[in-house]
Amino acid sequence: MATTIHEPPKIDLDRLPGQGSGNGGWRNLVPAGGDLRRVKPSSPPPASTGIWVGLAAITMTFAAFTSALIVRQGSSPDWQHFPLPRILYLNSLIIIASSLTLEMARRHISSFMAARSEVAKNQGSAPARWLYVTLGLGLLFVAGQSFAWLQLRSEGFGLATNISYSFFYVLTVAHALHLLGGLGGLVRVIGKLNHYTLRRSTLNATSLYWHFMGALWLYLLLLLWMKL
Amino acid sequence: MHDMSAHAATHGAPTSFIRKHVFSTDHKVIGKQYYALALVAAVVGMFLSWIMRIHLGWGSFAIPGLHLLSSTGAPGDVMTPEYYLQLMTMHGTIMVFFVLTTAPFAAFGNFFLPIQTGAEDMPFPHFNMMSFWVTFVAFLVMVAAFFVPDGPTLGGWTQYAPLSAVGAVGGPGQGLGVVLWAASIGIFCIGQLLGSLNFITTTLDMRCKGMSLLRLPLSAWGWFITSIMGLTAFAVLMPACILLILDHVAGTSFFVPSNLVINGQILPHSGGSTLLWQHLFWFFGHPEVYIAIVPGMGIVSHVLITNMRRPMLSHRVLIYSMGALAVLSYMVYGHHMFVSGMNPVSSIAFSFPTLVITIPSTIVVLIWLGSLYGSKLRINSASLFALGFISMFISGGVSGFFLAQPSLDIMLHATYFVVGHFHLVMGVAAMFGIFAGTYFWFPKMTGRMMNETLGKTHFILSFIGAYCIFMPFHYLGMAGNVRRYQAFTDDYLIPLIPVHKFITIAALFTGFAQLIFIYNLIYSRFKGPHAPNDNPWEGTSLEWSTATPPPHNNFGDKMPVVYHDPYQYSVEGASADYIMQTSPEKISSPDEEK
Repeated sequence: MATTIHEPPKIDLDRLPGQGSGNGGWRNLVPAGGDLRRVKPSSPPPASTGIWVGLAAITMTFAAFTSALIVRQGSSPDWQHFPLPRILYLNSLIIIASSLTLEMARRHISSFMAARSEVAKNQGSAPARWLYVTLGLGLLFVAGQSFAWLQLRSEGFGLATNISYSFFYVLTVAHALHLLGGLGGLVRVIGKLNHYTLRRSTLNATSLYWHFMGALWLYLLLLLWMKL
Repeated sequence: MHDMSAHAATHGAPTSFIRKHVFSTDHKVIGKQYYALALVAAVVGMFLSWIMRIHLGWGSFAIPGLHLLSSTGAPGDVMTPEYYLQLMTMHGTIMVFFVLTTAPFAAFGNFFLPIQTGAEDMPFPHFNMMSFWVTFVAFLVMVAAFFVPDGPTLGGWTQYAPLSAVGAVGGPGQGLGVVLWAASIGIFCIGQLLGSLNFITTTLDMRCKGMSLLRLPLSAWGWFITSIMGLTAFAVLMPACILLILDHVAGTSFFVPSNLVINGQILPHSGGSTLLWQHLFWFFGHPEVYIAIVPGMGIVSHVLITNMRRPMLSHRVLIYSMGALAVLSYMVYGHHMFVSGMNPVSSIAFSFPTLVITIPSTIVVLIWLGSLYGSKLRINSASLFALGFISMFISGGVSGFFLAQPSLDIMLHATYFVVGHFHLVMGVAAMFGIFAGTYFWFPKMTGRMMNETLGKTHFILSFIGAYCIFMPFHYLGMAGNVRRYQAFTDDYLIPLIPVHKFITIAALFTGFAQLIFIYNLIYSRFKGPHAPNDNPWEGTSLEWSTATPPPHNNFGDKMPVVYHDPYQYSVEGASADYIMQTSPEKISSPDEEK
């Protein structure tokens, strides 16, 4: 095997702490020979990787619930079919609309962020209006889900009435709890935006999470509609 | 407004005691907190095993003070059959979750993964802090079960339904005890998910300049692979625990079948699937075996390389094999269910990957042995425990071949053969990995050295003791000795009682040997000699290039830059017999660089 001798790469060793970690390269791995000059200056922000990792965990959780539903339905003839509360369909429209308003917000904020570098820090106000609309729609969705639970309960269908109702409550409540996390994320984004400390990666991660919650709800609705 | 592209985890050093030592976001403090928690849990778990072993050897022996733990479970200081099962359940649960998962993965991983990757901290330090405290709460909830009226659950660490789901009618601890167990494990899952999120993101995004993935040390690879398993496995166990709690507190019927009669009482549940719990549990449960052992594989490889003064035969193949173990671990879980009445075709479907998973395991072992062959291994406490790890892993792994075959497993499954198998391959091996890591990294973690004489004594006694305890289990199993029995009264079991007495004596002896370790650990922490320098073992990876103990941001005023593979030992033409990853020294090596 060939033996190679190379000069130590010239690299800036004075990168100060506090600038954050990273730079190890993700897709641009260090090539053979150890030429560090070919490494791009930064890796992706951790938030943009972390959000995918978090979504993978949530996907696994709901996959487990789904497989439990399928196995349990097939294991006994006691499964009862029932019509879903109609408000769920309205809720679906609300959560789709919230994704659209969030995208509107993201566009406004992106152009605002680009402009901010050109103007003084205290001038102008942050474009949080669409975020408030998204937040409102999210709260409306949770209220709508709560209405569906109350409606079923008032009709005498509780968590333990039948296993099909059990799964309905478990899946919808688990989704709502995860969605509350998304609402918390939106509040955090609004706060950071108003204090001019928002990172693009935070905004993108929150948006991705919110859209995922919407997609997850549509999947659950389809599952419940098919199975219940 | 700032759109900072620089990464997170750049927080200043805390000044208050609370933020510095209690609610700290520093990964090193969190790693030490995890280690302390695991140590306490290990002492509790070992204590429980002592009580059980004494009872198995001498069933009528009154253990002084046992009634203080439970007056109903141990009237007259002799435990009831039910209480034996309760202690067994808690022993298994505490050891698997709060020791074998917590110490090698969360404790060492937290302390050293960011340093070995060249990061200042984890990317989400507050999540990291939460992960420890959530785990701590989970431990408190688990231990609280000892102090509720009926005591802890008796269903075993696997909590098979329907026993786990029927409620108090199922026996002592099957009401509130199970709810506390499921709540604790559910909370534990949240902690591990938060930890895994940080580990994965640290490895992918926080590596310093020059640190490509293949330049990560094998220990870092072990933690990275484990975190991926943790993310997917604990995310499944958590919903299973939620459903189990609902069967208890809300009267649902996820796991309890129709018309089930227990203690003369027909239960109101209907249609539940007992197998559903097993599927959900073992989808987590088998990867959990590898969650416990893969970090040990990485740690042991790291320790051995440093002491062999040469790299493994193949860095890449070792990584690929650990990855293969992780992937295959999800495909084999059904081999825990061979006796559940599953379709024989399913048994074959699970048996085949179970046999296949021995291939990467064997490759790993062969790489270790091949690399050790002819090396001038430095003998110290860390390297001895690393060798012990390999020995235990092989001994425990070999019996896995037998259990992988449904026809043999049906005979052996409910016997002590299985107990011997998993204690060696998962329990003792992982513990030896923890010990190897402790002796190896103690100087970096504390700035002081552990006593080598005590360490070697600890190893010799533990090595002999572990084999004395767990090898006879295989014999007992082949003789048909069923497990989870608190007394052996059948004719064919009575002749085996002397073996149990021998095992009990060995367990007490080995347990006392661990007091040497605890003494060494505590004494050395405060009175041990100071580490002679920042790199007492002459290692090459990044943890040895920073101060001892590392500063708050890990690397002081200069971020590291990596030039070399992690294990450049005995490099021809180099100024020393090792070249650190951060050294810009010219190198003449056939293997540079990945």
